[in-house]
Amino acid sequence: MVSIGCVIKTPGNSKNNKTGSWRTFKPILDKEKCIDCDNCIIFCPDSSVNKQHDIDYDYCKGCGICANECPSDAIKMVKE
Amino acid sequence: MDIPDKDLLAPGHRGCAGCGASIAVKLALNTLGKNTVAISATGCLEVMTTPYPETSWEVPFIHVAFENSGAVASGVESALRIQGKDDVNVVAFGGDGGTVDIGLQSLSGAMERGHNMLYICYDNEAYMNTGIQRSGATPYGASTTTSPKGTASFGEDKPKKNMPMIMAAHGIPYVATASIAYPEDYVKKVKKAAETKGPAYIHLQQPCTTGWGFPSEKTIEMGRLAVETGSWILYEIDQGNFEITYRPEERRPVKDYLSTQKRFRHLNEEHIEKIQKYVDAECKELGL
Amino acid sequence: MVKEVMTSNKAVAEAVRLAKPQVIPVYPITPQTTISEYLAQYVADEKIDAKYVKVESEHSAISAAVGASGAGVRVFTATSSQGLMLMHEILFAAAGMRVPIVLADANRAISAPLNIWNDQQDSIAQRDAGWLQIYVENAQEALDTTLMAYKVSENPDILLPSMVCLDGFILTHTVEPVEIPDQESVDKFLPPYVPEHAFLDPNEPMSIGNFADPDYYTEARHDMEVAMTKSMEVIQKTCDEFAEIFGRKYGLVEPYKTEDADIIFVAMGSLCSTLRVMVDQLREKGEKVGLLKIRAYRPFPTEAINEAVKNCEKIAVIDKNFSFGIGGALYADMKVKIDKEIYGFIAGLGGRDITPEAIMEAYEKTKAPENDVTWIGLKEE
Ligand SMILES: Cc1ncc(C[n+]2csc(CCOP(=O)(O)OP(=O)(O)O)c2C)c(N)n1
Ligand code: SF4
Ligand code: SF4
Ligand code: SF4
Ligand SMILES: [Mg+2]
Repeated sequence: MVSIGCVIKTPGNSKNNKTGSWRTFKPILDKEKCIDCDNCIIFCPDSSVNKQHDIDYDYCKGCGICANECPSDAIKMVKE
Repeated sequence: MDIPDKDLLAPGHRGCAGCGASIAVKLALNTLGKNTVAISATGCLEVMTTPYPETSWEVPFIHVAFENSGAVASGVESALRIQGKDDVNVVAFGGDGGTVDIGLQSLSGAMERGHNMLYICYDNEAYMNTGIQRSGATPYGASTTTSPKGTASFGEDKPKKNMPMIMAAHGIPYVATASIAYPEDYVKKVKKAAETKGPAYIHLQQPCTTGWGFPSEKTIEMGRLAVETGSWILYEIDQGNFEITYRPEERRPVKDYLSTQKRFRHLNEEHIEKIQKYVDAECKELGL
Repeated sequence: MVKEVMTSNKAVAEAVRLAKPQVIPVYPITPQTTISEYLAQYVADEKIDAKYVKVESEHSAISAAVGASGAGVRVFTATSSQGLMLMHEILFAAAGMRVPIVLADANRAISAPLNIWNDQQDSIAQRDAGWLQIYVENAQEALDTTLMAYKVSENPDILLPSMVCLDGFILTHTVEPVEIPDQESVDKFLPPYVPEHAFLDPNEPMSIGNFADPDYYTEARHDMEVAMTKSMEVIQKTCDEFAEIFGRKYGLVEPYKTEDADIIFVAMGSLCSTLRVMVDQLREKGEKVGLLKIRAYRPFPTEAINEAVKNCEKIAVIDKNFSFGIGGALYADMKVKIDKEIYGFIAGLGGRDITPEAIMEAYEKTKAPENDVTWIGLKEE
């Protein structure tokens, strides 16, 4: 059974798909070093850093952008 | 920059790790807000965000085909306005292929007709969804699967089509270039475009880890290098007034940009010099 | 209700005015052009409260139509021949997305060679797009069918777009007296379109036109087949309702003197008027002949056809289209679905007149067959 025209009426339900399983490297964020620039939030392609700078490993694909764009070296990428 | 509680492009999408297209769309939607209807052309964006029965879109979304997002948006906009829904933002996304190649006519018609909408071309400089084939937006020297380097080829042999200026020639109220590496500049432009009455066009450079051949963590760095070398220039044309919106303090040599990407790695000094000259001329013309 | 003399194109435009679509993206092409002009004028004169989208091509006309219908409003568009061919890809998308657009096609031949006159190859080439296709015989039927098409397409059990096919020039540019229903009766017959399955509203976000993998695609297409089959019942019911309000009776097919006929002509569109006269003339000569006019080509009304042809010996199908190596499309469909002795005739391509002599030739060749498929009126070297 599919919906008429395959219309999806559950906005944002791709959250069912936990892309964290794709990860081979994992970002570890050290809040001590954080200067609240929000780069990691703004540039994360997978909405995996929240306002408190906690990383959501359910979706984080481990791309490393956050670590690369962190001006204070607060994020390290470690092998899973 | 304002950080929303929830992004309007949900995670769980199938974009590659480090995909710049999702950053592009997330920032645009967050800026436009919930009162928005989005349209997308076929391409990476559509395929990665709507694998039935899952969608990453938190706002109303419609996709029809590859070459018609301008026309589909025209229909959506007309339907909303005739119902008196004048405050709803209409934003259409197209890849470079869906915009500068196959969708050009449809987009041109939409811009000419004056629909109150924003069109964002997320330009990753090739057909990524189908496996990195060249488009009219592929830059000179880039090796793609249909402009491959070879014994008799150095890759794409024509410079990038100047799409933003083609859009500007339509006389629409707002045209801008942008880069995902300069989010404040980009978001400001999206805001301006949304406030503009009538059609607005933003041509956004979006580095692609898979298609350009660089490590996933370098997506933003690559966008920055493009701008810092003058390979991509940030400007806007607001009601006909041209203005550079970001000036690199000192323009870096294009080699710094080219040498970090697999698609350009085969180029020799002669090619690089030619590209440098081309970039210099472009920068001079635009007053950078 | 008023009676006026007008072309079928004007009749379609009048039906559109009465149906009150809110978005009308159209692009002109002979012989549809006057529809696009009438509607532009109606909007300019505020006779229709719609947005007329001055698209730059038919591809954009149908794309804008899908966008607008997807957004949740009633939509109309019209085209012909090359224009319909340019729409081809998006016709499939429209049906798959289940947007109940109504499109009028002024049937015209397809290039090359370039030809602006009537045949039905253009709409036949869209046969498998998932659209309902109704072929009309005259201006009144064009008007009435356009109104009924909305009601059928928008039925929640159907939600497939409809194509109203009218023969180029023969109908589009020929005037006939037409009864124009009053707005009040039409409003009663055709309530506003209020979709539940798909619309674009920030208060209730949904994603339309998604990507479906092998796990879902087959079911999505099969659902369309179910809706298409179901549409036969809905078309008949809608025709009955229409007859009750407006007094004019229509159906999936229209049999004429078929009960005792040995040979039955089967055809679509304006040709049926000529065939009806021929049937009468042949009957006067004692020939037991009848006519079955196919109004609904998609859905294909197998049962209604079987009922009408059950007593006959042979069937002569006249097609204004053909499929290479097969014959006419209607002929081929009849061969698949109807268990009778059936002969196919190709005629009227690119505007060639289907004369009484040509019809007689088809009749004689059905009585004494030489081939399964015959091109009639073909000039010899
Ligand atoms: C009419 C048509 N031709 C070709 C295709 C195949 N196709 C789908 S997406 C695509 C390329 C998309 O490239 P672009 O617009 O740059 O978007 P990207 O995938 O790079 O994000 C192609 C060639 C198609 N879907 N429709
Ligand atoms: S590694 Fe990539 S996906 Fe994970 S939090 Fe950092 S930016 Fe986001
Ligand atoms: S990028 Fe680094 S400094 Fe900036 S908010 Fe994130 S962790 Fe903190
Ligand atoms: S190929 Fe490029 S644009 Fe497409 S999903 Fe991957 S990173 Fe994004
Ligand atoms: Mg691309």
